[in-house]
Amino acid sequence: MDNKEILEKAKLIIADKLGIGEDEVQESKHFINDLGADSLALVDIIMSLEEAFGMEIPEEDSEKIQTVGQMVEYIAQHGK
Amino acid sequence: MGWYAHTMESIESYFDFTNKVVLVTGSSQGIGAVIALAFAKSKAVTVLNFPTEKEATAAQEVLEQVKIYSSSSIAIQADVRSASSVETMVQTIIKQFGKIDILINNAGITRDQLLIRMSDNDWQSVIDINLTGTFLCTRSVIKEMMKKRYGRIISISSIIGLSGNAGQANYAASKAGIIGFTKSIAKEYGSRNITANCIAPGYIQTNMTEQLSQEVKDAFLNKVMIKRFGLPSDIAHSALFLASDLAGYITGQVMVVDGGLSL
Repeated sequence: MDNKEILEKAKLIIADKLGIGEDEVQESKHFINDLGADSLALVDIIMSLEEAFGMEIPEEDSEKIQTVGQMVEYIAQHGK
Repeated sequence: MGWYAHTMESIESYFDFTNKVVLVTGSSQGIGAVIALAFAKSKAVTVLNFPTEKEATAAQEVLEQVKIYSSSSIAIQADVRSASSVETMVQTIIKQFGKIDILINNAGITRDQLLIRMSDNDWQSVIDINLTGTFLCTRSVIKEMMKKRYGRIISISSIIGLSGNAGQANYAASKAGIIGFTKSIAKEYGSRNITANCIAPGYIQTNMTEQLSQEVKDAFLNKVMIKRFGLPSDIAHSALFLASDLAGYITGQVMVVDGGLSL
């Protein structure tokens, strides 16, 4: 799966969890500052992405993921 | 039909817990066993929990009763003081039933002693089971509840956690701790449709209170407005209410069930 495909799949989940439009979920966007996520929503998103992409994102890594782009990149590097 | 038409459609249906999965910790005896039986009678898939091999026979006896009403119910041995033991129990439940809807943090002990004579062990063992056990079980189920956007966490505190009691500094601290813990969980997970509440029983007739002297019992009874000791079923009924959709707007609260003892 390339970054574009990952973004397409992740977009649906992120938009659903945050109750925002899919178009708003762009790689440059910061989850908390731009998309209005709180810390719990971010945990919720990560849990759903872990499930969707069949992977585990350890706590110490998830703390470093702050933008949609960073999330996509992480999944690209660590996902199956 | 106005806004008031939302309620009163069929009150009995609110106490039908068909397809709901409930875990009751410390349910091989006492209040826990009766709570488990009440949920089973309300058709919930009921998971009993007991701490060691010693309680296995008692748990089996409760399970037999429970299965009369809810045949897929099971009993799991797990020490609530142990993170790995609790995690294994919760994973077993999720694997078998796909979810946990309701957690009843009931497992608890007393080691009564005046502070001046209270050993480290008297203190630690009560905190470990009553408070740490509540933390570990709640942490273990919260992820699944978050995913499902549904959860009911009901923790058995005590009026002693509100008022304190001579000879029960350890128990009172653990039960007060459960209240603070519950209020925090209510704030953290309310947005995920998860409620967290406490029940604070007064004097309830169980093995735990049976050990008190007649003098102490009489002193208690004098102060109870409803002129009888509480029964485990009084607590079970409150738990059913808090777990039901009737109580969907109640969170972070302490429901005192003591016949007026603490008034």
